Amino acid sequence: MVDKTLELFDCGHRACGGCGAALSARLVTKAAGTNTIIVSSTGCMEVFSTPYPETAWKVPWIHSLFENASAVASGIEASLKKQGRNEKVVIMAGDGATFDIGMICISGAFERGHDFTYICYDNEAYMNTGIQRSGATPYDASTTTSPAGKCSFGNKRPKKDIPQILAAHGAPYIATASVAYPADLMQKVEKAINTRGPCYVQIHAPCCTGWGFEGEQTIAVAKLAIETGLWVNYEMVEGKVVKAKKVVRKPVEEYLKTQKRFRHLFKPTRQDAEIAVIQAMADRNAEKYAIDIKLKKE
Amino acid sequence: MMEITEGSHAVAEAVRLCRPQVISAYPITPQTHIVEALAEMVANCQLDAEYITVENEFSALSACIGASAAGSRTYSATTSQGLALMFEVCFNAAGMRLPIVMSIANRALGAPLSIWNDQQDSISLRDSGWLQFYAEDNQEATDLHFLAYRVAEDHSILLPAFVCFDGFILSHTYEPIDMISQEDVDRFLPKFSPYERLDAADPISFGMYATPEYYHEFRYEMDRVLKQSKAIIQKTGKEFSRMFGRDYSAMVEGYRLEDAETAIVALGSICGTTKDAIDEMREEDKKVGLLKIRVFRPFPTEDVAKALAHVKNVAVLDKNISLGAKGALALEIKDALYSSGIPVKDYIIGLGGRDVRKKDIKAIVALVEKDQGDIFYGLRREVL
Repeated sequence: MVDKTLELFDCGHRACGGCGAALSARLVTKAAGTNTIIVSSTGCMEVFSTPYPETAWKVPWIHSLFENASAVASGIEASLKKQGRNEKVVIMAGDGATFDIGMICISGAFERGHDFTYICYDNEAYMNTGIQRSGATPYDASTTTSPAGKCSFGNKRPKKDIPQILAAHGAPYIATASVAYPADLMQKVEKAINTRGPCYVQIHAPCCTGWGFEGEQTIAVAKLAIETGLWVNYEMVEGKVVKAKKVVRKPVEEYLKTQKRFRHLFKPTRQDAEIAVIQAMADRNAEKYAIDIKLKKE
Repeated sequence: MMEITEGSHAVAEAVRLCRPQVISAYPITPQTHIVEALAEMVANCQLDAEYITVENEFSALSACIGASAAGSRTYSATTSQGLALMFEVCFNAAGMRLPIVMSIANRALGAPLSIWNDQQDSISLRDSGWLQFYAEDNQEATDLHFLAYRVAEDHSILLPAFVCFDGFILSHTYEPIDMISQEDVDRFLPKFSPYERLDAADPISFGMYATPEYYHEFRYEMDRVLKQSKAIIQKTGKEFSRMFGRDYSAMVEGYRLEDAETAIVALGSICGTTKDAIDEMREEDKKVGLLKIRVFRPFPTEDVAKALAHVKNVAVLDKNISLGAKGALALEIKDALYSSGIPVKDYIIGLGGRDVRKKDIKAIVALVEKDQGDIFYGLRREVL
C-alpha cells in the first residue's frame, strides 16, 4: 500500500497560487507513492517545478522534450524490465503535449502496449507560452491565438476526444478526473498505475491565470464544470464506460460566467445563440455518459 | 575470426557483442539491414535486449534517452531523413549527458530525395555535442562501435556518439571482417555502469531547465568534455590496439604523407579510393599523401596542423556542403592551418551517391597543384 500522507511534490515551487496543475502533481504523486519514476513533457509544470538547481520532485523525475514524454517513458519501461526493476512509470504532460504535439509518440507507445500511466493535466490551452489555444481548448474560449473579436467568438472547435482515441488503441484503463474531487482523482491514478499496460488519466486542472478567475476559486470553477456537464468524470475499462459521476445539472452559463475567457458571451451583449450551442454540448455529454440525476417530483 | 560479411551485418554483430540492453530503432534505407539483423538476434535469443519497434526516428532516440537515463546501455541506428527527424533529440541526448551510441549509414538529405551516399546527414549534426567517428572500411566501422561505447560511457565524458559509415558503399558491401570474440569484447567493454540513473531508491531530477545564470556553463562543460575526450579516445584506442592489433588511437591518420607536397584530406570510405589513387600517382613520382580524419567531433585541430605542417597544397574532399559557405571539413582544415599560410582548397564531391573514382582524385590533385579549387567537382554542365 502507498503511504498517502507523504508529500512527494514539495512546496516552494513557482506555480501561481491556485494552480490546478500543481495540485494535480501533488495528488498524483501522493497516489503513486515513492516507487515511481515521473516523466514530464515541456510545459508549465516542468518549468515551475524544476528551475536548475531546484526541484520540487521527491521521486525520480525526467524531462526531455515537449513532444516525446511517451517515447521516453517507453524507453524507461523497457530499461526497467531488462534490469528486473519494478518502479512504476508515470507521465505528467499538459494538454498541448498530449492533444497536439505529442500525439504521434502517444499513439506509438499505446499501440506497443508499454506498461505506464499517462496523466494529462488538462488546463485547456498552452499556458506556459501565454495562453494559446490547443486541441483541448473548449468551444468559444478566448485565447491569445483564438481571441474573441468583432467577428469571432473565440475558439471555433470543440475539445478533441483523446480518451476515445486511446480507447481505440486498446488502452485497458482510461479515466477522467478533476482537482475538485481529490479522493476520486487519487483512486483513479492508483487504479491506472496498478493496471498492466498503457493507461490514461485526464485531469481537469483549471488555470486561474489563463482562464481568468481568482486563484482561490480553482476548486469552485472545477466543480462547476462537472455540475454543468461540460466536464464528465468517468472511467473506461477495456474501452467501455463503466462509471460516470452523476449530477443535478446546472445551466452552462453558471460555469462560463466564472471565467474571463468566456466573458465575450455575456458582455457587452449576451450571446444567447452561442450559449445555446455550449448548452447543447453539455446536454450531449449528459446523454452520452448518463450523468443526470432525475429529481423526484414533489 | 575472419569472415566475409555485409557491412550492416558486421555492424549489427559488433553491436550484439557490446551487449546493449535496450535497442530502439526505425527502418530507413540504407540503415535497415542493421536493425533487421539485430531483431533477428533478439528473436533467436542470441541477444538479450529489449527491442522497441518505435513509430519513427524521433521516438527511436527519445526511447534511448529514457532507457539510458534509467540505467541501460542503449543503441539505435539511422541515416539521412531519420537523423534529421532526430535533430531536436540529438541535442537533447547530448545535453542530458547520456552515452547513447548510434550508427549512421551516411546518406544524402532531401530535397530532392536521394537514398544514396554522402555525409550531409551526420555533418549537419556537428554542433549537437555527439562524438562523431567515421569509418574507412567495414573493419573500422565494426571496431569503432567498441571504441565508441567505451569513450561515450567513460565517466569523465558521458556524451553520445555516432559511428558513421557510408551508406551502400560500406553498408551493403561484403568485406572480410575480423570479428572479436564475445569474451574479448567483454574484457574491453565492461558492463554499463551509469554515472547517475533514475532510481526510486535515490531520487534525482534529470533534464531541468536552466536560466541564463546557468545555461552558459552547461554548454561550456559539454565543450570542455568533448575536447577532453581526445585524450580518452587516444588512450582507449591504444588499449584496443594492444588487445586486438588494430590501432585507432590516432584521430587522424596519414598515408604516404611524410614526404608529400600535396595532401588530400577526407572522411570515410573515400579514403580507400584515395589511397589507391595515391599509390598510382606515387609510381609517377607525384608526391601526394592522404590525411584521413577518423574523428570529426571532437575535431583534432592540433593533430591536423601538425600532420600537414610540411605540405605545399591541401585538397579537402567534402561529401557535404554548408550551402552558401563551404564544405564543413574544409572549414575545419582552414581553421587548423590558418597561421601556417598553407593554401587549402575545397572540393565538394560525390553528393547524393555520385561515384568518386581514382581518376577523380587524380584530377583534383592536378587542380590543387594549379591552385584551382573551392568548387563543386565534376558538375554535369549539360544539365544545369
